[in-house]
Amino acid sequence: MRRLKERLIEGALFLAAASSVFVTLGIVGILITESIPFFEHVSIWDFLTDREWTPLFENAHYGILPLLCGTFLTTIIALIIAIPLGTVAAAFLSEYVRPNVREVLKPVLELLAAVPTVVYGYFALLFVTPLLQKVFPSMGGFNVLSAGLVMGVMIIPYISSLSEDAMRAVPGHLREASFAVGASRMQTAFRVVIPAAFSGITSAYILGISRALGETMVVAIAAGMQPNLTLNPLEPSATITAFIVQVSLGDLPHGSIGYQSIYVAGLSLLCLTLCFNVIGLWLRKKFQEKE
Amino acid sequence: MESRQDLLANIKRRQLWDFFFALAGLLALLFALVTLLALIVDLAMTGVPRINFDFFTNFPSRFPEKAGILSAWVGSFCIMLTTAFCAIPLGVAAAVYLEEYAKKNWVSSLIELNIVNLAGIPSITYGLMALGLFVYKLKLGQSILTAGLTLGLLVLPIIIVTTREAIRSIPNIIREASYAMGASKWQTIRYHILPYSSGGILTGVIISLSRAIGETAPLITIGALTFIAFLPTSPVDTHLPYLNFKWLMDPFTVMPIQMFNWLSRPQAAFHTNAAATGVVLLLMTLIMNGGAIWLRSRFRKKMKW
Repeated sequence: MRRLKERLIEGALFLAAASSVFVTLGIVGILITESIPFFEHVSIWDFLTDREWTPLFENAHYGILPLLCGTFLTTIIALIIAIPLGTVAAAFLSEYVRPNVREVLKPVLELLAAVPTVVYGYFALLFVTPLLQKVFPSMGGFNVLSAGLVMGVMIIPYISSLSEDAMRAVPGHLREASFAVGASRMQTAFRVVIPAAFSGITSAYILGISRALGETMVVAIAAGMQPNLTLNPLEPSATITAFIVQVSLGDLPHGSIGYQSIYVAGLSLLCLTLCFNVIGLWLRKKFQEKE
Repeated sequence: MESRQDLLANIKRRQLWDFFFALAGLLALLFALVTLLALIVDLAMTGVPRINFDFFTNFPSRFPEKAGILSAWVGSFCIMLTTAFCAIPLGVAAAVYLEEYAKKNWVSSLIELNIVNLAGIPSITYGLMALGLFVYKLKLGQSILTAGLTLGLLVLPIIIVTTREAIRSIPNIIREASYAMGASKWQTIRYHILPYSSGGILTGVIISLSRAIGETAPLITIGALTFIAFLPTSPVDTHLPYLNFKWLMDPFTVMPIQMFNWLSRPQAAFHTNAAATGVVLLLMTLIMNGGAIWLRSRFRKKMKW
């Protein structure tokens, strides 16, 4: 009797653990099945090469390039901010600061990740954009630059927190050995600690990239929602996520081409994040072999 | 052979570089924190004067000075409740399985890899999944239940990871002592492991709920309305069984969506309302996160095994 109960409980707990796999299967399955009808309509070649994305217009074009362009542009701007600042902050916290100060500073830095993204959108639109307009008077109210910058600040804690964990996990005797041969703290950080923690730092970067690619509200609010094939960060543009928001805000009949197009956009986004995760995995493996 | 002077100069140069690097680290931290401060101050300066009692008890309106966030905060509250109700049992159960039961085989490593990967999946794709699965396939409608389930699945990895950490920090002697008294595995978990790790679990729960309360994109995707001038059905009935769950099927809006809606209007007066909503939202997330940090440090100090 008691053994049966134990078995039942174990089974139930296993199902709970397996539910996370069902979530993934659900996401991938739904995105694929709802996208298939779209590709019966539009050829993959058009989808990948058409330079316009106007699925809701009379004269519809279905080229993903403008959305990809907007997504990459905001992501790159965000990473230019987040990767150097996040890494330097992580090295500072792990190598220079006393543990009790770090215990205070790290949670405070993590608050940056806790702020709701819609609040960052407000900040980008009504604080950063007016500030930037003083530097670039020709810039419009919606632009990729302020969205990217704010997104970068938002991502700093994702990068710094994980990198700092990785750096702190580097065994102390490596540092001591480095100090013993006369290296300064900075030399130790750059030549010993960061290389040793590199695989952890890579995961931090990959998480940062995933966040930036998938971030929605900041770009939907501050970058505008106009698919625009441009590399000029002062112009408005739409990312994949902003497009999904824009379509979702309208009244969306199930099975219409607009409905399918958001699934295609979502699937593209998922493929992008997957690509970066695979690259990250490969980098880590490659690095771990060297050790 | 280096002379003594060269050596001293060399040391001085490296110390200088060291100093510069520390300065750069400090500046990077300061940059992030000053931005956070600017965000809070800017939001508070615009938003706080707008907050009064009516702001919480009025429905949204086309007149900015009359508009309030009643339906939004009630919606946020209901969805939080639903999210907590589905995510906490599931997340804790999954964590218990992975820490206490799972053998090292491909099934458990698949589950673990999967949980890590879920953290990197954009939140908006959860919304797309929910729209296809909950709204259209399971016919749950664009309801509070759908929203709660979506956010529940979204925060599930956070709860699993923090609960696992909490369980892992309990030393094996506790388990062995319990087995020695003749307790079964489940009894050990039920009466020892779970109570002792409750502090860590609570921290994870608070952090995941604070994440859910600010989440906007997946709820827009499943079709949250941006203008709602009514409240969900009351959960209390005048007749037996006194409780009903009709409110689960009602349409909803939440505070971040209300804020987004006001933000996307051209009039500055609505932007003030957006700022006020942002202040409420930010205050709630900061309080929840502060609480979680405090809890974590308290339990860390108290528990000396």
